Amino acid sequence: MANRTIRVEQLTRVEGEGAVKLEIRDGRIHSAQLRIFEPPRFFEALLRGRAYTEAPDITARICGICPVAYQMSAVHAMENALGIEVSGPVRDLRRLLYCGEWIESHALHITMLHAPDFLGFDSGIDMARSHADAVRRGLALKQAGNEIIALLGGREIHPVTVRVGGFYRVPRKRQLAVLAERLKWAREAALETVRWTAGFEFPACDRDYRFVALRHPAEYPFNEGRIVSSDGLDIPSAEFEAHIDETQVKRSTALHAQLRAAGPYLTGPLARYSLNFARLSPVAQAAALSAGLGRRCTNPFRSIVVRAVEVLHACDEALRIIARYEEPDEPACAIEPRAAMGIAATEAPRGLLYHRYRLEADGTILEARIVPPTAQNQAAIEEDLRRFSEEFLTLSPERLRRRCEQLVRNHDPCISCATHFLRLELTGP
Amino acid sequence: MHDRSDKPRLAVWKFASCDGCQLSLLDCEPELLALGEAIEIAYFPEAATRPIRGHYDLSLVEGSISTPRDAERIRAVRRRSAHLVTLGACATAGGIQALRNFADLREFMAAVYAHPAYIHTLATSSAIADHVPVDFELRGCPVNKRQLLEVISAFLAARRPAIPAHSVCLECKSRGLPCVLVAHARACLGPVTQAGCGAICPACHRGCYGCFGPQETPNTASLTRALAALGLERRELLRLYRSFNANAEAFRAESERHGE
Repeated sequence: MANRTIRVEQLTRVEGEGAVKLEIRDGRIHSAQLRIFEPPRFFEALLRGRAYTEAPDITARICGICPVAYQMSAVHAMENALGIEVSGPVRDLRRLLYCGEWIESHALHITMLHAPDFLGFDSGIDMARSHADAVRRGLALKQAGNEIIALLGGREIHPVTVRVGGFYRVPRKRQLAVLAERLKWAREAALETVRWTAGFEFPACDRDYRFVALRHPAEYPFNEGRIVSSDGLDIPSAEFEAHIDETQVKRSTALHAQLRAAGPYLTGPLARYSLNFARLSPVAQAAALSAGLGRRCTNPFRSIVVRAVEVLHACDEALRIIARYEEPDEPACAIEPRAAMGIAATEAPRGLLYHRYRLEADGTILEARIVPPTAQNQAAIEEDLRRFSEEFLTLSPERLRRRCEQLVRNHDPCISCATHFLRLELTGP
Repeated sequence: MHDRSDKPRLAVWKFASCDGCQLSLLDCEPELLALGEAIEIAYFPEAATRPIRGHYDLSLVEGSISTPRDAERIRAVRRRSAHLVTLGACATAGGIQALRNFADLREFMAAVYAHPAYIHTLATSSAIADHVPVDFELRGCPVNKRQLLEVISAFLAARRPAIPAHSVCLECKSRGLPCVLVAHARACLGPVTQAGCGAICPACHRGCYGCFGPQETPNTASLTRALAALGLERRELLRLYRSFNANAEAFRAESERHGE
């Protein structure tokens, strides 16, 4: 019992390839490591020499679960470089597309990846045998999100309509009206999902997270806002690299990000919610409070409820956007390339996604820098493992393994963005 | 926990990729639960906590081979699999990460990592078929979920999948879309790219960027002449042929005609 090493060699129900290693000495956690061994794909290197117009299509391929996030950070960064600001219906359509991705990504995580932990199943498909209604509802909700993306983007994964300056094609008003009927159903389903997840049993695990998220004066953040933290950071995206360091550690093909002055931090739904509660739609605020969430949430297990609240907000926001939509005169504005630097951060489903590009005069990319949310969250996830797994050390090896996986899954890591599967080994001293 | 039934056993494996192709399976929302009835989803780590065990009747493989460990792992997957189908541009052509095949790997690593020595990777990203025999290759970046369901259904019925090998041009014609190349003078890879997406880019008034890879008999030289007549320069032609299917033979050869 005194000294042992616990390995979860392959994390399951996460996106990408990763593993967990816990070292226990004298019955206490000595170290906790999240290992990421997803093969590196060198996007920042291969973007060099490509045209600025290609960045949204190429960076989308970093992640099949959140391609819209990559497309959004890419187009905003390019527009920042080229001195363009998109407004009106085109800006709204980008937010609508992002709503679709939040709904699709969160519904997948809630129903198929995370809920089986709380209800004691190996998969959402197994769970469907005894929780058929909840699984069907979750899948239909995911489908509603995908329908937004397919209508605006041409297909669900790696949409093809997003371009620097706007869209290649925008939807007709009547097409959105049809979508609105689906979304009214989805909003009710999201409300049901908040209630369903609020009924799960949550271990009493709270942490003093340092939260980092975007904050916009009026809106719950998708595409725009300043980067703020729970301890007073308040900077424009352009200053991100002045405050955040990325370092490479031997156990991971993803770089670790830390706040230069303050150390590890957490981005994603818990941070976004806790820093922006007042900007949620009234129906989402009310649902959150009735679900027993405060205006801040510091229990990572409850992130499943927070995601459900965000799905509800995204459905509500999507309906608001559709209600005021007027077809723009032009789907995109004209662009002149120039030698410039461009920076943007947007809120991917898993948190802050930072892009920076340096362009030469004809718009060729000279340098690219991308910081995905999971890279930023690695240190916070390891800290969760260190703090909370100690309470689970008396569990059987099988249950301890499940708890370790759940501690990671709480943060919905996207290892393709930054790792994939868990196997647990208990070895003697 | 495990079906000990006579249902065929399905496994889903991931190599270097974005997860988008296997996500296409989870995107078959209404069909997913029905699929779970017809086959035993025996190994699918992205969706289920279940160990590797025994043999699989059908293995779906996503991603390319880009590390020494993965080059070993794909052989072990092949040994366990009665049928092996590759999903998408990474698994059938090496994916966007195959752009490293045209560059200096050490320089690539140094551009991303401060300590390249910690990174164990191969100089190339290559297709699964370069390493083990493959029974069927499904194209796309990502795959089309209808085509994915067709491949699984064909497997269950022990027939050849009905996946057309003709070009995107035929999809434009059958949808009645005006030709973006001829009518709007936009660069389009549709004439040399395999159908399957439903001509979604031309439908959105943009040229095809070739994410389903080369069609059966691509006349890239002829298309290049048409694109040059539109005013495309060498560098633009290079980028056009060298993207998500850069390492597919026909696109690779054409891109090298416009190389540095």
